[in-house]
Amino acid sequence: MSKKGVKQKELLVIEDILGSNKKIAAEIRAKLDARGILTINFMSSPGAGKTTLLEKIADRLKPGYRMAVIEGDIETERDAERIRAKGVPAWQITTGGACHLEAKMVAKILPELPARLDLLFIENVGNLVCPAGYELGERLRCVLLSTPEGEDKPKKYPKAFITSDCLILTKADLIPYLPYDQDKVKKEALELNPRLKIFVTSAVTGQGLDELADFFIARLDRPPHA
Amino acid sequence: MHELSIIASLFEILLQKAGDAKALKITGVKLNVGKLSGVVPQALETAFEAYKKGTIAETARLEIEELPLKVLCQDCGLETFQDSYIFVCPGCRSTSLKIRQGTELSLEKIELEIE
Repeated sequence: MSKKGVKQKELLVIEDILGSNKKIAAEIRAKLDARGILTINFMSSPGAGKTTLLEKIADRLKPGYRMAVIEGDIETERDAERIRAKGVPAWQITTGGACHLEAKMVAKILPELPARLDLLFIENVGNLVCPAGYELGERLRCVLLSTPEGEDKPKKYPKAFITSDCLILTKADLIPYLPYDQDKVKKEALELNPRLKIFVTSAVTGQGLDELADFFIARLDRPPHA
Repeated sequence: MHELSIIASLFEILLQKAGDAKALKITGVKLNVGKLSGVVPQALETAFEAYKKGTIAETARLEIEELPLKVLCQDCGLETFQDSYIFVCPGCRSTSLKIRQGTELSLEKIELEIE
């Protein structure tokens, strides 16, 4: 029912819908690289232990390396307060409902970062699905998976594992109490992504925490500050 | 469920393109959604229907083409479709595979009414 003077037109576009997020992420990456800051994106389900792990890493990076944390949550300032209690600068982004952080949210924080900084951790909103689709300008992406979540998660939520550089298995101290097959989780995660570097950790016993902190320091490739 | 924010990003592009073309209406939109895009096509459709109200795309039809995951073996050059999420080349057992298709989340085509 073409009206007089009105024409139909087909426009071929081929445009990445999240292209604007990728562009902002690339700008963030370039800025942080230029300042020599290693940026690490932590993704996991709620309650896997992201904040606790950051508290433990903070203890191990001090005093030689300076870290800061950007916290993402739907509501509350709680996680940033926990990190600040460790003497680490922290910024809380409350997304007000959004299930993931986007690069433009991180970009707003950049001007506030301390002048001297070695590592910037971005703790994403607790969610194993949506954050995987949004680059934030990170150099390293880590997915955390806790023992009680079960060993079947990598294949159920493949994108988070396929796009990550590290898999950090948390709450390893609970393994004796739960039906949990650690070899299976490692095997399935590596089937998805053979390049995954896997760490087995426990914030309770301290297992794997030095190794993880040393890995970040090695990636930074810089001697500690005096 | 981040489909609504994806549709919001889509509409930024749609309205920009339609404005550039001086379109009166957007009548159709085609998207390509890869299996590994992390997006559920049905949820995208719901979000699109909700978002389009009151815009020049109010009557637009949404078409979504789902793209399977295709990988290329870096060692033997075999290209295969992947549906088991075991990244091993069925030809030579190499794990050095490159994703060739399946991560897309793209706008392919817009149908417009112009004067």
